[in-house]
Amino acid sequence: MGTRERGRATVPVALNTELEKETPVITPVKSTRPLLTMRSVSKNFSNGTQALSDVSLTVHAGEFVSLLGPSGCGKSTALRIIAGLGGVSSGEVDWPSSQIGARGTPEGDISFVFQEPTLLPWRTVVDNVYLPLQLARVSRKDAMPRIEEALATVGLTDFGKAYPRELSGGMKMRVSIARAMVTKPKLLLMDEPFAALDEITRQKLNEDVLGLWRNTGVSVIFVTHSVFESAYLSSRIVVMKARPGRIHEDFAVNEGVDRDGEFRTSENYRRTCERVSHSLAGAMHDAGGH
Amino acid sequence: MLSDNGLFSRDRVLQIAIPVGVVLAMHVAWYIVVRATNTPAYILPDPIMVLQALVKDWSILWPAFLVTTKITFLSLGLALIGGSAFAIFLVQSRWIELAFYPIAVVLQVTPIIAIAPLILIYAPTTEVALLVCAFLVAFFPILSNLVQGLKSVDHNHLNLFELYGANRLQTLWYLQIPAAQPYFMTGLKIGGGLSLIAAVVAEFSAGSSGVGSGLAFRLLEAQFRLNIPRLFAALFMLSALGVAIFALTSFISWLVLHRWHESSLKREN
Repeated sequence: MGTRERGRATVPVALNTELEKETPVITPVKSTRPLLTMRSVSKNFSNGTQALSDVSLTVHAGEFVSLLGPSGCGKSTALRIIAGLGGVSSGEVDWPSSQIGARGTPEGDISFVFQEPTLLPWRTVVDNVYLPLQLARVSRKDAMPRIEEALATVGLTDFGKAYPRELSGGMKMRVSIARAMVTKPKLLLMDEPFAALDEITRQKLNEDVLGLWRNTGVSVIFVTHSVFESAYLSSRIVVMKARPGRIHEDFAVNEGVDRDGEFRTSENYRRTCERVSHSLAGAMHDAGGH
Repeated sequence: MLSDNGLFSRDRVLQIAIPVGVVLAMHVAWYIVVRATNTPAYILPDPIMVLQALVKDWSILWPAFLVTTKITFLSLGLALIGGSAFAIFLVQSRWIELAFYPIAVVLQVTPIIAIAPLILIYAPTTEVALLVCAFLVAFFPILSNLVQGLKSVDHNHLNLFELYGANRLQTLWYLQIPAAQPYFMTGLKIGGGLSLIAAVVAEFSAGSSGVGSGLAFRLLEAQFRLNIPRLFAALFMLSALGVAIFALTSFISWLVLHRWHESSLKREN
């Protein structure tokens, strides 16, 4: 095991992966227990809408999975179920966590980044990042090194004393990411986190998320409706279709974690985008075209 | 030399000078009208006579002022504690709210002046009766605003707290109460003004006399004796108290909210 060269890509030791012949580079060892397993999950809302129908998904350690699809395909619903916010109508979800809370949902191993930064406006940046640890009853003194580390990862070391209103949209999102990372989660869930940001800020934050994935080995499930974002970030893309929400196609992106701006101009990126676009077009056609 | 900013900037001087100037002008006009029409003092005294009455009757008015101040602040304090506690109790469950909120509403919509005679019968002393009246009036705006605030918490924030396994107490303490601060401050400002009104109205209806009487009684007493300058002087003290309460509650609100809430922020454009 360890680092091994294959084609262009390099697999870092931190990801603890083993390569199999001609498989996507980020595929982890098959024998390890998956981080997350959804088995035939369906979800009906009280108004009668079927949000998800028979969705099965397995996510392994170190993967970066994008959930991509048109509005109403249930990608956000799926993410909330994975987070333990709202139960399933049928099917099962297995979390990796050994700590299962009173509601039967995992604690500590999963973090969520919402579409909005959802910072508490009355708290400074430091106190916002402290929140998850405070709720876990970690003293502020003990938490401080971890808070500083999390803020350093997103490049906001100097903004600890600022209030959210003093920050730009991109910086607020960074604080939100720092708050998610401060608990050192195994699985980071992101629900269209950059949809409200401008393209330039969005690209910068994409780089940040890639850095996070590369340096911490966290697994990410990333909901997006951007073909380019999913192609740029993911090791695996799950295309979903609507009415009812279900998985249309699930495929690996054949590129390692060491990506930078160069990847955006590469042939592999272009091919991936093409593939995702076709898949998405197919998903929309199958669902009745929208 | 006036600089563009700083303590004595032109804007700041004007901000004080304009309202003070208007008030002064109105008093001058008042004085001129009273003098020009030769109005007797028992109908409308001029401002100088009011000032003289304030000085001459200080030994009567000042203790009365203290009584009214005490009742106002005590009732406001009790309303703050009671209203906050009851609001937190109400939002604990939909059933609790369903059961108890109507009682609070009935208490509120019944005119206080109509309950006052009853309270006067049951209360051990007049002071307690006044306190209860003022409390009842100030209680409701604090309660209803805080209930509204506690229930208006951002759903994403609630999801966030649920995700991190926050218990009910943590959610209340770290999320609901801070988020309700702007609403609470609105309740405080309204309650502060109302507690003074209620203290005065209740004393009108109690009509107690003697050493322990407040400004409202002195006001009535002055009216009965046709001592209109003293009536104006008492009125002046009441409005000074009202202004002080307004300034105090506004300052507290600013103190709590200025760092983060939009209502206390300067627009930058």
